[in-house]
This record gives sequence, structure tokens and C-alpha cells, in this order.
Amino acid sequence: MATPATNDPMTPQPYCVRQVVKETHDTFTLALEPGNGSHVNPFQPGQFSMLWVFGVGELPISISGDPAKDDRLIYTVRSVGQATNTLVSQRAGNSVGVRGPFGAGWPMDAAKGKDVIVVAGGIGLAPLRPVIYQVLANRKDYGRLVILYGARSPKEMLYGKELAAWARQRDTQVLVTVDYGGLSWRGHVGVVTTLFKYARLQPARSIAVTCGPEIMMRFVTRELETQGLTPDNIYLSMERNMKCAVGFCGHCQYGPHFICKDGPVFRYDQIRPLLDKYEL
Amino acid sequence: METLERILAEHLFFADLDQDFMSLLVGCASNVRFQAGAYIFKAEEAANTFYLIREGQVALEIFPPQHKPIIVETLGVGEILGWSWLLPPFVWKFHAHAVKEVRAIALDGKCLRGKCEENHDLGYEVLKRFARIMEQRLEATRLQLLDVYAVPR
Repeated sequence: MATPATNDPMTPQPYCVRQVVKETHDTFTLALEPGNGSHVNPFQPGQFSMLWVFGVGELPISISGDPAKDDRLIYTVRSVGQATNTLVSQRAGNSVGVRGPFGAGWPMDAAKGKDVIVVAGGIGLAPLRPVIYQVLANRKDYGRLVILYGARSPKEMLYGKELAAWARQRDTQVLVTVDYGGLSWRGHVGVVTTLFKYARLQPARSIAVTCGPEIMMRFVTRELETQGLTPDNIYLSMERNMKCAVGFCGHCQYGPHFICKDGPVFRYDQIRPLLDKYEL
Repeated sequence: METLERILAEHLFFADLDQDFMSLLVGCASNVRFQAGAYIFKAEEAANTFYLIREGQVALEIFPPQHKPIIVETLGVGEILGWSWLLPPFVWKFHAHAVKEVRAIALDGKCLRGKCEENHDLGYEVLKRFARIMEQRLEATRLQLLDVYAVPR
């Protein structure tokens, strides 16, 4: 019997679940290690994997861990359906299939020498976390780091301790807001775009990366332009129904692009005309 | 020490305002301070003032009967607090609660209302600037109402 080649992008590799951490009531972070004890495939911030939950199905999930660490892959997953429910219910020692990494990531090279503005909403912070890790690990390569994060409520905020730690870093500004704050919340209440008023930006020497619900990103891109950023310095991570992850099946076609292969990260001026097309 | 005129002139809200108008505004302005926890105004009270926040944070709250207050929005440094003084019936619609100690410039809206009635050029300038703030907050409120972070149905 023929053995599948390990570099076949359609063949999942067995990974072992090492840890599952509950982030919010419905969002969990999984740490996976290669089942055969080897290193993980290197990935770029913004890339995703296809995670195979045996007997249930396959899911495209962005990698949310540190790209400098090659011993495990980290994914933050929101439990919203049968496959994600099963994935986040895995126990340490269980086996999960991993394909990838796939897709075009965030423009880490183009961002060198510039201020980096990270605008995230909800679970959209997960695909952006590797950007933050990389900027903070290579501080001299980048200018200021500005992180604007919006969540539904304080309880639904991701990576709370890390946000606080990032805020203490040199040349880093972290602003957080929630749509609905309880009485004990002493931070901002309002949508993520309202944070721009408090951000110390230098638009002419900045690059912006944003990820979140598509409606949010439409408002964010508009605000970034109002602030003075040009569309070629704004990047978005798009999401559609991805199946094969290598541009064969066409499930994730977005105008002339395949999200899985040409994205998920796109430069704003490349997809701007598509963003308000209802049919897409 | 910064003069009120200079502080107002440097604020985006008052940018490019005619010098005569600016002098009128300065005549209606004073420095104020609110301790953390204090209410700057409460719903249904007469609205005769608006504020330029210089330091601190203000929560706009609404009280459902027999429930704890709901914070609908927070305003911070550089933002304008209050427009109910501009439109009848001149009463506040929300409570404004100082989350942290607040330093602000209070502008006498009642006085300014009179001046706007007398001088429609001034009135139009003031209205245009408040309309911009209202438009931004309406857009933010609509986005907030969309509840975009909820699980899609």
C-alpha cells in the first residue's frame, strides 16, 4: 500500500492535543504538538491550518501562537457548531489532524521600519496575536505598536493578561473597549472605532492590520483612511467557507480571489471594491 | 498657565472658529472639576451646560427601573460631553458619571443659546460642529447595536 507523502497538502498530519485553555465562556485555546515528535512546519503570522476532528469534520483555524516557537501550534477557537464544539472538547493526549499552514499572512516585512497599528474585534485578536509577538520580539525592526481591541463585554475579552503585559512594553499603546460594560468595568465603553480618538498615531509612517467581523472592518478601514492612512498600508484578514485550503475547490472564492490561497490577508486596495458587494 | 482661550482654540471642535465667536465662547467658559464617582449631571435635570473633557473619563448611564445602571458609552480626554442644552426641551437624557476624577471646561449653554439666537452665523457654526459629533456617535451607536461580536445566527 502506498504511504501518503508528508508534504502532501491534502493529507492531515497527526498532532497531539497538549493543552486546552478556556479563554471565555465559548472560546478556547488549544496547544497541539506533532504526534511524531518532530518540529511544526514554520508559519507566518496570519496563516491558518485545517484542523481535522476525526469523525466530525475539518475546520480552517488561524494560528494564534508565537511564530518563533517551533515545538507546538496554538489555535484559539470559538465553539459555535458541532465541529468546533468537538474540537474544543478535546482532552490532552487526544489526536487531531493538521494540514498547513496555508495562505498569505500579515505583511511583516513591509511593516519593518513603520509603526504597526493592530485593530482587532472579538476573536479577531487571535490571528493578530502572532503579529504582536513578532513585533515585540524584534523591537528594533518596527516603530511604535498600537493595539486597539474591541470586545462584546469584559467577560468576552481574549488574552486579558497578555493585553495588560503588552501595555507595559516600551513604545506600545494598548487601548481596549467593550460594547457593553458592567458596573465594575472601569475602561472604555463603545465600539472599537471610538478608540482612535485616544490613539497616538503617525499615519504617514504606519501600517495597519485589522481582523474582526467584516462589518467592523468596513468601519475600521474608513476610520483608518480618515486618520490619514493610505489604502495600500491597510491590511485585512477575510473569512469565507474554506474546504481544500489550496485553491482547488473554489468554496472560498471572493471575486477573482481565493481566500485560502490569495488570502486570508489582503491589502485593502486589492479588495476594496468587493467589500460592499452583497453577493460576495 | 494655559488660558481658557488657548485651550479652546487648540481643540479640534473649535478649530477655525472666527475670533469674535471664540471670544464669545470664552466668555461662557469656566474650569470645573468632578471627583471620581460624582455625577456631572443626571437625566431629566435641566441641560444648560456642555463640557470639554481635559482629564479623566465620563460614563453615560441609563437606569432601567429597579435595575443597576447600564453604561452606554464612555467619553475621555478631548471629547465633548453634552448636547441636550442645544435642543428643546433642554433636559439631559442620560446620567453623566465621573468614572475617574474629571477636569473639564464647562461652557454655559444657556448663555450660548441666547447668543446663537441673536447671531445666526454663530448659531450655524455651533450647530454644524455639534452635528458632526452627533453623526459620529450615531454611527458608533449603530455599530454597537449590530452586536457584531455575537455568534452569527
